[in-house]
Amino acid sequence: MTAPKRTPLFDAHVASGAKMVDFAGWEMPIHYGSQLKEHEIVRSDAGMFDVSHMTVVDISGSDAKVWLQKLIANDVAKLGFEGKALYSGMLNDDGGVVDDLIVYLTATGYRMVINAGTTDKDLAWMDKQSAGFDVQLQVRRDLAMLAVQGPKAIEKVCSVKPALAESIQALKVFQGLPSGDWFYARTGYTGEDGLEIMIPADQAIPFFNELKAAGVAPIGLGARDTLRLEAGMNLYGHDMDETVSPLQAGMGWTIAWNPEERDFIGRKALEAQKAAGVPMKQVGLVLEGRGVLREGQKVVVDGAEGIITSGTFSPTLKHSIAIARVPASTGATAQVDLRGTLTEVRVVKMPFVRNGKKVFE
Amino acid sequence: MSNIPAELKYVSSHEWLRLEADGSVTVGITEHAQELLGDIVFVELPAVGADLAADEQAGVVESVKAASDVYAPIAGEVLAVNAELEANPELANSEPYAAGWFFKIKPANAADLDKLLDAAAYAAEIGA
Repeated sequence: MTAPKRTPLFDAHVASGAKMVDFAGWEMPIHYGSQLKEHEIVRSDAGMFDVSHMTVVDISGSDAKVWLQKLIANDVAKLGFEGKALYSGMLNDDGGVVDDLIVYLTATGYRMVINAGTTDKDLAWMDKQSAGFDVQLQVRRDLAMLAVQGPKAIEKVCSVKPALAESIQALKVFQGLPSGDWFYARTGYTGEDGLEIMIPADQAIPFFNELKAAGVAPIGLGARDTLRLEAGMNLYGHDMDETVSPLQAGMGWTIAWNPEERDFIGRKALEAQKAAGVPMKQVGLVLEGRGVLREGQKVVVDGAEGIITSGTFSPTLKHSIAIARVPASTGATAQVDLRGTLTEVRVVKMPFVRNGKKVFE
Repeated sequence: MSNIPAELKYVSSHEWLRLEADGSVTVGITEHAQELLGDIVFVELPAVGADLAADEQAGVVESVKAASDVYAPIAGEVLAVNAELEANPELANSEPYAAGWFFKIKPANAADLDKLLDAAAYAAEIGA
């Protein structure tokens, strides 16, 4: 057992009254008092999350593009201008998901953000796959990362960085650009507008305190999970992993099938799966009555079984929602084994919530 | 530090009991329990009139984080349940020893209360 790692913002969390927990080997804030209140703040105002435990990797070299076209299932050729980002799975040969990530086109190559819990195996995998390519990976442990999310997030960041307001406001959705050593991206994991900001580690706490003074509330991992679930966004290791195909995890849209000759890792396996018929699909579940859907609960559909991969109480909707992997034939309803009682739930298309409002029928 | 009122009785599954003047016993969950659970979003209470055995499941409390059973700490008949709590489950977070009570029972045997933990013993149990 090694001691959990601390992000550059650790002292700021403690000073803000955070309850700290071990998450993927990092000592992280789970909440600062009430997870429900923090959730509500992000849906209605602005909150900030320390996501410094995630790993930033800068990719350079003359083969960076062709290497990424092999490494990930989405196609970086789609990135048409500097700063543009895409979301993708990085697959293994069987088509299982090694990790999900974001990659930005930068002036010198690409910048990739990968999950904390998968960092070691991702880097080993990328290193292995780089044999024969002119590609260099630089892991940016010198950066902290703060996600500022909510309808007032951009306005409040601009209020503390007035010199950058114009360029921040000009960012397109899913675009990130540098400003000196900093990097501002209009991305997030909440279903709200906002930014993910990469900061030199020694400047992270002053920035956190400036944002706090401007009315941006610190938000813990607890609310991060309920926000992303309402937004219908996958969590690696729960909604998918190396044993789950992106075709069964709601990630079909992230697979760039064209051009056909682009031979990304996992392509053959996915093509075989498609040809054979994909037996399971990802759906959203809604329980409007009492009770809370939880990860691991069994879903029953016409005698066949599925599983809840993430479930929670939705603070916005005031009832339970879940992400589930269910038989492909699943229609408008299913039953969930809720602590021993088979309970009827609705099957819906995700997301559940976008920009503060319910979106499913 | 968790608040553990001295005048109450406790069980290690984190329920508290208060002997009322009329001989009934009010049951709720402790402040420590609500801290462990986090934001509470649903409670399920027993049926009024139900005869509960000691340690029998009497309800469920669900937080954003987890579901947890609530047990009858002693045997008895359910005299009342807290409808206010069903409508506002967060009362179990904000006022666990007052407005956040769960149910009242008529003890089958009033002496059963004496066997339960006092505040000092419960504090020791949770390492407070």
